[in-house]
Amino acid sequence: MSFFTEFGRYLLMLKGMFSKPENGKMYWKEFMHQCSEIGIGSLGIVVIISIFMGAVSTLQTAYQLVSPFIPLSTIAQIVRDTVILEFSPTLVCIVLAGVVGSKIASELGNMRVSEQIDALEIMGINTKTYLILPKLLAAIVVIPMLVVISAVLGMWGGRLAGTMTGILSGAAFDKGLHQFFKPYNVFFALAKAYTFAFIISSIPAYYGYYVRGGALEIGRASTKSVVVSCVLVLFADYLLAALLL
Amino acid sequence: MIEVKNIKKGFSEKVVINDVSAVFETGKCNLIIGTSGSGKTVLMKCLVGLFEPDSGEIFYDGQPFSEMTEEHRKELRQRIGMLFQGSALFDSMTVEQNVMFPLDMFTKDTYAVKLKRVNEVLDRVNLKDANKKFPAEISGGMKKRVGIARAIVLNPKYLFCDEPNSGLDPQTSLLIDKLIKEITTEYNITTVVNTHDMNSVMEIGDNIIYMYQGLKEWEGSNKEIIFSKNKLLNEFIFASEFLQDAKDMRMLEMKGKIDNNRNMDDLLK
Repeated sequence: MSFFTEFGRYLLMLKGMFSKPENGKMYWKEFMHQCSEIGIGSLGIVVIISIFMGAVSTLQTAYQLVSPFIPLSTIAQIVRDTVILEFSPTLVCIVLAGVVGSKIASELGNMRVSEQIDALEIMGINTKTYLILPKLLAAIVVIPMLVVISAVLGMWGGRLAGTMTGILSGAAFDKGLHQFFKPYNVFFALAKAYTFAFIISSIPAYYGYYVRGGALEIGRASTKSVVVSCVLVLFADYLLAALLL
Repeated sequence: MIEVKNIKKGFSEKVVINDVSAVFETGKCNLIIGTSGSGKTVLMKCLVGLFEPDSGEIFYDGQPFSEMTEEHRKELRQRIGMLFQGSALFDSMTVEQNVMFPLDMFTKDTYAVKLKRVNEVLDRVNLKDANKKFPAEISGGMKKRVGIARAIVLNPKYLFCDEPNSGLDPQTSLLIDKLIKEITTEYNITTVVNTHDMNSVMEIGDNIIYMYQGLKEWEGSNKEIIFSKNKLLNEFIFASEFLQDAKDMRMLEMKGKIDNNRNMDDLLK
């Protein structure tokens, strides 16, 4: 299938999601369920990645800043900006593209192949609205929260590694965190988080929803959705940096 | 009543259904039979609106389906129940939640009222003590019965069954057939069954359509099918020599040439 056909079908899928829900209560229930699946389900991996990401950033920055003229608090400043600007939104979202994206694609793919989507259609339910929209909204609500948690944990991990290895004191690290802080960076990180959340939920939903075949095709769709999501996240990352910074 | 007029449906270059017309009557089990690839599943998917026909028209109680608005179609679909070949149960929900799902979505009843209705229909399909089980924990026959329960929980006017006996043993198949027949007459619904199971044909086929390569080749009832002179239909229903012999014997019985009480062992000799 050509790129334009796929892209057109993707846009039609997005358009098809916006219809009046048959029963608002059921949609709300599904939305909350997805928030819990995406948020709570990925919290563990986000916590682990963020702490180590911050810790490694501190050690590597200290390794490179060898000049005695640069104050040690600069390490914390660099770690802070790297974590907020790049690591937390981009790295966490790439990991989430694997965790959340593959789950969305395989769940919808399995529902398609086992005729569960057809069963919902025949009941008179708009399956795009019922199955895709809650996932997309949940991702848009929850993923920026995860990014904020990741940024905080990343800085905390950096502080922990810095003090434990004796590179710099806790006070020096805290001083560095406050130095030349630009609130705009947080806005930029959140803008990235919202964009990536949309990508890593809608692309797998598209591949899962339109899967044809059997178990093998579900696996292929899942893999393809993760690859395409990751590439699009990196592409959007560059685009946003070029536009907003 | 569902009426189909001159329906055509194709995919790419291949015509799958070619100018099929039929009437599916209310209170009767209407069967669509045919070999694999004859177009019966595509015809059923056109009937329920999963596929849009290339030409022709489908009328639900006189209302043309193609002229219905999206809202009207949604309303109509709430009056349609469908049993899928693989049951299509929601695998993350229990039996009870599966059957309750249409009630949750389309009614504002309290949980107690919905649960009462769920238990009623589960009782109707002879499924007890399976409420809390997941689809993966029950047998194929039970899944079909849950599928039927979910299909009838909103009191549909139309029931579609896609190969309800596939993958089931003969005894369970018979039970499912009887259940479909009973529900059809009890609720006075228009039932369309897609099958290639000859037991079902003989058991519940009030009105049968035989499809061959996308065309409606024959139409009649289960009483007429056995004596049909249609070559293609005979090739389909008497694919096994045993059945052909059984038919020959029945013909001889009818003509009084053999004893009605003849032992089946004689036939097998």
